[in-house]
Amino acid sequence: MTTDKTQPTPAHEAETGTAHTTEAGTTAPRTTWLRALTAAGGVAAVASTFLAWTWTAEFPGDLTVYGYPGGLQLLTLVLGIVTAVFALAALGLKGLRWLTPSGSTQALRLLALGTFAVTWFTVIAIAVDLGGMVNLEPGGWIAALVTAAPVATTFLLPDDTRPLCRPKQLPSWAEILIIAAVFATGLYVVNYGIQTDADHPEPFLGYLIAVGFTAVALVKAGLVSRISELTTAYRSTTLVAALITAIVFPFFQDKSSFTELGVNIAIFATVALGLNIVVGLAGLLDLGYVAFLGVGAYTAALVSGAAASTIDVKFPFWAAVIIGGVVSLIFGVVIGAPTLRLRGDYLAIVTLGFGEIFRLAMLNLDGTSGPSVTNGPDGIPNIPPLEIFGFNFNDDHSFAGLTLDSNGNYYLLMLLVTILVVLIFSRAGNSRIGRAWVAIREDETAATAMGINGFRVKLIAFALGATLAGVAGAVWAHFQSTVVPEQYVFAGPVPPNSTFLVAAVILGGMGTIGGPLLGATLLYLIPKKLEFLQDYQLLAFGIALILLMRFRPEGIVPNRRQQLEYHETGQLDVPGATGLKDGAVGVTKAEA
Amino acid sequence: MTTTTTSPVLTATGVTMRFGGLTAVRSVDLDVHPGEIVGLIGPNGAGKTTFFNCLTGLYVPTEGNVAYQGTVLPPKPHLVTQAGIARTFQNIRLFANMTVLENVLVGRHTRTKEGLWSALLRGPGFKRAEAASKARAMELLEFTGLADKADHLSRNLAYGEQRKLEIARALASDPGLLLLDEPTAGMNPQETRATEELVFAIRDMGTAVLVIEHDMRFIFNLCDRVAVLVQGQKLIEGTSDVVQSDERVIAAYLGTPFEGAPGAEEAAEVTAAEAGAAKAGPTDGGATDSGSTEAGATDGGPANPGAANPGAARNEAQRGTTARTEDGQ
Repeated sequence: MTTDKTQPTPAHEAETGTAHTTEAGTTAPRTTWLRALTAAGGVAAVASTFLAWTWTAEFPGDLTVYGYPGGLQLLTLVLGIVTAVFALAALGLKGLRWLTPSGSTQALRLLALGTFAVTWFTVIAIAVDLGGMVNLEPGGWIAALVTAAPVATTFLLPDDTRPLCRPKQLPSWAEILIIAAVFATGLYVVNYGIQTDADHPEPFLGYLIAVGFTAVALVKAGLVSRISELTTAYRSTTLVAALITAIVFPFFQDKSSFTELGVNIAIFATVALGLNIVVGLAGLLDLGYVAFLGVGAYTAALVSGAAASTIDVKFPFWAAVIIGGVVSLIFGVVIGAPTLRLRGDYLAIVTLGFGEIFRLAMLNLDGTSGPSVTNGPDGIPNIPPLEIFGFNFNDDHSFAGLTLDSNGNYYLLMLLVTILVVLIFSRAGNSRIGRAWVAIREDETAATAMGINGFRVKLIAFALGATLAGVAGAVWAHFQSTVVPEQYVFAGPVPPNSTFLVAAVILGGMGTIGGPLLGATLLYLIPKKLEFLQDYQLLAFGIALILLMRFRPEGIVPNRRQQLEYHETGQLDVPGATGLKDGAVGVTKAEA
Repeated sequence: MTTTTTSPVLTATGVTMRFGGLTAVRSVDLDVHPGEIVGLIGPNGAGKTTFFNCLTGLYVPTEGNVAYQGTVLPPKPHLVTQAGIARTFQNIRLFANMTVLENVLVGRHTRTKEGLWSALLRGPGFKRAEAASKARAMELLEFTGLADKADHLSRNLAYGEQRKLEIARALASDPGLLLLDEPTAGMNPQETRATEELVFAIRDMGTAVLVIEHDMRFIFNLCDRVAVLVQGQKLIEGTSDVVQSDERVIAAYLGTPFEGAPGAEEAAEVTAAEAGAAKAGPTDGGATDSGSTEAGATDGGPANPGAANPGAARNEAQRGTTARTEDGQ
């Protein structure tokens, strides 16, 4: 790779960088040059996005305009800027060094790779979609070449990974502003992903590549740990910021289908969080959890006053939610009581069976195979829309000039349920009962010897999980306005299914709040956007799970405990070193 | 602090445990009185830990029963702990991925009663109870000298500290009787001495202690009474002096002299070798002890069985070992 020839950028860019280097005495000139070249490469990548990459607007995003980056070019543009900025930070530019508290090289490598991957993905996609490389304009070739250069330079850089350095003291208003900015950026990034064109997979794939590489780069640079230190320090501010971000989400969607994605994500994230109490805290593998969602949904549908319901009653929504939760609770106790006395895998098998029995029972309670309750495969359609205090959820409502459509209404309602479940999870988890759950998960014999009634405590976890799923199911039934048995399978390409929920918990990180929320979001959003995979979706899902279990068994948002469990190195595991590394403990705590 | 006239905290009567055809514990009676430290010793496989498990409800005894302060205990571990018997484990069983403080807080489980509702509602009662639990847990960590490690994960503690944490966790349930299963296993002499001090301090707090241990010096220093379990049966029970001078105990640990054994010559050889070793340097002493800590520890006792000089006892030990080897054991 001839780095020098592929740099059409002004060389003074790099020189300005070096001029500000304060550590010039300590770093080798070669390193400085390589960093400067990387910065130049980033700028070159930015410049290349102002060229036309192809000649026809048939490729999604319109990459044909000179001087106006669009579609996938925007990703290259952003990544190019980020790469250049990080390279300048690596050069020691004043005011940018806060970007790399734990070393720049690994972050730069990942950013350069990300820029390279997104650009080459775009270029190859153009060639494949439009049928041949002939469809590439010179701009595309230039972009491909200039993004390859920083990859080479960053891999020649020496690794400068260092332990997280102490942050500079900032006034608290600045730190709160940082948190707000982080959430705003997060909202923007998520919005961008959700609003990518669902008919064309290319923009979303490019988005995934870009976000994936950038996220890992930020982790490697130490910025993520820095932010989590801040969010730990300003817990209430963070919660308010998260809440505001979640509330404003529907107002930013220009299409109702995007809000619908949001509602579904909120529902499945909530159910996954409920499952996390059972799986993550108490360590009970429940493979039929979706049945409890179904119990809640069916119960709510039966008492909703729908024409197809065999029970001719119409309960107000709050009563339907409570009944949905209570019936789920009863089922949870009925299933749990005989099985939770056993240890280990029996519960997994029984719950797996229960999930299937529920579906088949709903299928057969149709009046011919069994008593007439559920209309069998037809389910209960046309569940009337929710109405709370005269607020009809199917109508549009305007607040201060902002319109909230039906999906938006349900989104906000679901958000309320999510908040409730988050509250229940965090409060229960951080209490006597929560400690008993974790103790049971860690070592059941020792836990009972410490006076914990294992059966009782496990039953509480199981029943609580079932109740939360029932509540979510009651809302879901109204949102979908129909319930059919085939929604509640063990495994399938369409959520919710039990595999999806367990995978969301494990992918995100067991025992955490953020984990299942993130896991459910990814597992719902990615298949939705990649519908072109069709029958290969399950294959891709399986491969993704295997890769995850191999490389990050503790999930994306690791519980502090599990991170230590799976990655022994670097932690104070050697008894002799305990006293020496007190600082390290402080850091891990801050990250947790 | 010998046997008092008060009613015993623990009364085990006729405890028998059979696993299929194997009788691991056979009709063992044992009393522990308030303020007492009782030792339970016996060779490996004698059934000490099985007996412990019967006491704490981990096993349901085939016959016999266990009473705490006169009330017969149901064979459920959590009810036994609730009644006031806490235990530690031979192979440390901490909640490895919980912090040190959390481990002790789990031990408080039976002495607190805040359920799910109060945890969700977080009323003033919950906060008070939680604060009280934390205060008590920190007190116990102070007591065991682990207070500065409260936020560490328990898996990251040094071995000796993990043993201490197990004791702190057991103490958190405010027990009237503490069962320690080999609390000094794998410890160096300093740590063993520290544990000894800790057990005395626990006794002074008013908790009776029943301790299984292989370290004879530790046991005989510590215990008011010692019971010896051999092949599931209680051989003898009494003060340290009585137990140490009992020939059956020595026989159980070291084997009986083999009639007409060709041991005399070998014993003479060993004595000679020891004399040589003593000349060469006193540090070699351990090597000739044929690795039997029990034998060495018995030597140290004040009233040594059979002989006044340690050398003879060692000879006896050597002979015993020889006899066993030739028996093909």
